[in-house]
Amino acid sequence: MNDDLTIKTAIKDVIPTLFGYIGVGLAYGVVAQTAHLGILTITLLCLIVYAGSAQFAITSMFVSASPISAIILSTFLINSRMILMSTSMAQHFKHDSLRQNIAIGTLITDETFALGMNKASMTKGKLTPAWFNTANVIAYIVWWLAYVVGALAGKLITNPESFGLDFAVVAMFIGLLYLQMIGDRRRKLRVQLEVILLVVIAMFVLGRFLNPEIALLLATIIGCLGGMAVEEWR
Amino acid sequence: MKINTYLLLTILGCGLVTWLSRVVPFVLVKNFVLPSGLIKLLSFVPVAIMTALVVQNILIFKTGSWPTINWLNFGAAVPTVAGAIITKSLLIIVVIGIISMAVLRLLT
Repeated sequence: MNDDLTIKTAIKDVIPTLFGYIGVGLAYGVVAQTAHLGILTITLLCLIVYAGSAQFAITSMFVSASPISAIILSTFLINSRMILMSTSMAQHFKHDSLRQNIAIGTLITDETFALGMNKASMTKGKLTPAWFNTANVIAYIVWWLAYVVGALAGKLITNPESFGLDFAVVAMFIGLLYLQMIGDRRRKLRVQLEVILLVVIAMFVLGRFLNPEIALLLATIIGCLGGMAVEEWR
Repeated sequence: MKINTYLLLTILGCGLVTWLSRVVPFVLVKNFVLPSGLIKLLSFVPVAIMTALVVQNILIFKTGSWPTINWLNFGAAVPTVAGAIITKSLLIIVVIGIISMAVLRLLT
């Protein structure tokens, strides 16, 4: 990745994250098969909800025929981390039009957020709607295609995990986290490591008492507060 | 399962709450000036949230008992981290992760 913000660079930048989508799509295909969801339902889930872990949760709640309100509430809780990510990312687009802001927000994901933050650390904080929208739209299309292919392949592949593709998402976040740490020159590496340590501990402790999604949200907030504290009062 | 009103309404409702979570912050940040303390706090979001996402995948959660380590994911994470430090290329890091997991599954 470099500091270029053209559409062409965006296409190149987004490629590594697409492996993760293919892995998730294949894994989901098998789940959708067991839930007997049709291609149309999967397509609507991908294009309207467009959120990985929420789509898994919704599907399993479909199987257990949960009430609509319970499914919507779970989805909101699982995706509430988007509020933090969007607030954080919106700082970079304050001077762009409201329409552009809505466009970027509509298709932002964990992956394009992480990618965008990485990019911003290379461009001294500058990001353009052209770059971000390109990454977002490619991710959106590949996401949907991966799920459809996954659903079709789900009939054939009995054990999609044996390809190791399911680990692509985790590997991607490990990579983006490391690149983010070393890329952000405005902040001391030591502070970043302290934030990481704090989040790991918080996840572990909160994980005992809360469901993983709420633990993730609270651990993130604790990590941010801790980071601010060590930076301000050292 | 054929698409029916139940599925359709659920998908639309879930889509709406997710879209609002994504878009409302952009609209608010565009129209209001955030306090500098909050901006400072938000600057830690990327590292904090990415760490939490990694940890979520490396631990196995079960409410009521301490999380345990998913040794398979942990095992694949080690070469992935090493690959990150050596190559600094996201594409290579992801490929190393996939291969590590495939190899581990083959061995176990």
